[in-house]
Amino acid sequence: MGRIDFFLWPRAAPSLNVRFARLVRGSYLHVEETKLSNRVFAGLLLFSSSALAQAPPVDRAELRALQAAVAASQSAGDNAWMLVSAALVLMMTGPGLALFYCGLVRRKNVLGTMMQSFAMMAVITLLWAVCGYSLVFAPGNPFIGDLRYLFLRGVGAEPNALYAPTIPHQTFMIYQLMFAIITPALITGAFAERVRFRAMVVFSTLWAFFVYFPVAHMIWGSGGFLSAFLGGKYPVFDFAGGTVVHITSGFSALVTALYIGKRVGYPQEKFVPHSLTLSFIGACLLWVGWFGFNAGSALAASPLATSAFVATHFAAAAGAVSWMVAERVRNGKASALGAISGAVAGLATVTQGAGFVEPFSAILIGLVAGALCHFMVTVAKEKFRYDDSLDVFGVHGVGGLAGCLLTGVFATRVVNSGLKLANGQPAALGWIDGNPAQVVNQLIGAGIGIGLAVVGTLVALKITALVTPLRMKEREEDTGMDLSLHGEEGYNFEA
Amino acid sequence: MIKIETVIQPSKLENAREALRNIGIDGLTVSEVRGHGRQKGHKEVYRGREYQVDFLHKLKLEMVVPSARKDEVIRAIVEAVRTGAIGDGKIFVSEVEEAVRIRDDTRGEAAL
Repeated sequence: MGRIDFFLWPRAAPSLNVRFARLVRGSYLHVEETKLSNRVFAGLLLFSSSALAQAPPVDRAELRALQAAVAASQSAGDNAWMLVSAALVLMMTGPGLALFYCGLVRRKNVLGTMMQSFAMMAVITLLWAVCGYSLVFAPGNPFIGDLRYLFLRGVGAEPNALYAPTIPHQTFMIYQLMFAIITPALITGAFAERVRFRAMVVFSTLWAFFVYFPVAHMIWGSGGFLSAFLGGKYPVFDFAGGTVVHITSGFSALVTALYIGKRVGYPQEKFVPHSLTLSFIGACLLWVGWFGFNAGSALAASPLATSAFVATHFAAAAGAVSWMVAERVRNGKASALGAISGAVAGLATVTQGAGFVEPFSAILIGLVAGALCHFMVTVAKEKFRYDDSLDVFGVHGVGGLAGCLLTGVFATRVVNSGLKLANGQPAALGWIDGNPAQVVNQLIGAGIGIGLAVVGTLVALKITALVTPLRMKEREEDTGMDLSLHGEEGYNFEA
Repeated sequence: MIKIETVIQPSKLENAREALRNIGIDGLTVSEVRGHGRQKGHKEVYRGREYQVDFLHKLKLEMVVPSARKDEVIRAIVEAVRTGAIGDGKIFVSEVEEAVRIRDDTRGEAAL
């Protein structure tokens, strides 16, 4: 493609000419500001007016080319953002979550814990390519997709207009994969420091089939039972996975912690985080990655993405403040672990509503998240004495559930006008929008998500236990995952 | 010869080294240790769960010096690391039977 250089009079209002040029070029405009004589400026005006004058009234072929060029430029912008978002979401699992979790365990389990997240990056990817994507996003019945995209057949450069009309279908596919990776990786925190590697891989694979694929299809898939925009029976607003990711992983985590049992020595012995510096880095990577998670869920570089970005950031900040205040009141000190836990709680809680709520609603959601999750982790867990080692249920399960319901309250068409009435006007979304019934829909969605998570996790655990022992032997647990399961150590200071 | 073992607060290492160098004591071994005497440990809280930490970070200095310099060395160390608060540390002195410089097999005080 050639290049047109426009020389514009520095102070002259360039809007007409620039707009015209952008239309003609579709994708490329080069503007140089330079000192010009009146003569050149006059020439420019002459050029543009003559170009307008010469244009035939409406040339259909030219118009089509123009439309194609405009569409191509939008696709380029959206695709760039979505590819970056996909990478950001992958970064949440590795190294984000891997670091966050591994810092919280004892030194002898640092590699074993990181490997649990990393293994998901590898295993779920293959699963997704073979059939996972199809089971979630192919139209099928209301509960699971069919197999039309088996082995990613037909998933190429051509956009899938149902989900994201401006980006290649393959971009949508790889973006959604990153969510399927982080969800089972989140669960691993609940059974940290005591489950064999093979059992963890088998369980997570089964769990993807029994819980993630059906729930994701129901909420996000075309024709899904709970789909808000694609013909669901009970429309659930789940912008970026509050139910699909956080409720499912959080409640499944609780089931695994109860089923597998406590770590040897818990709670009498000391289970002190071996490196909060690693956890700190991990949590900050999660925060940044979450922009891809939530803002990317707009599936375009759109104002909606901006809105979700802002809500995400605000909720994380509010969550951190809220948890720190709660700690200060209870223990007298705000801790680093508390601050990062609060941020993650805020992020998990705002995920469901990120693309539906206004900035100050997001702050409110974050404030609720920090205090509520702090209570769950410090008071409720102590009372019930389950060993959800890294607080997946307390943060993601409870935060996810709160976020699901609060989305029903705070969702507004001011932010998201995607749902239209018959007359083309945006439909009222949440309670504050005049649609209190949405809270019931959200409750139904959460209930189905929780139910499927509990049952699916139990079945997956039972089957796994038939195939391979779930727990490490007591002696192996004492030695640590790194040596027992992987034959290596995370820290060799004498080396 | 005597061995002087000193357990001190980690932050006082530079003071101690400076004081020892001023009186001509150059040989010194330092190790990071954990322990407690009368000073109680402290409480750590992780996500609401409290842990009592009894063993505190300390540094242990070891040096072997001629017996005649005992009081001089002790005084130098005490003045350098004392804060007057609980947890300042301890000094232990013991007899040393032999010293050997590995390089040339020098024995006794000449090897120090």
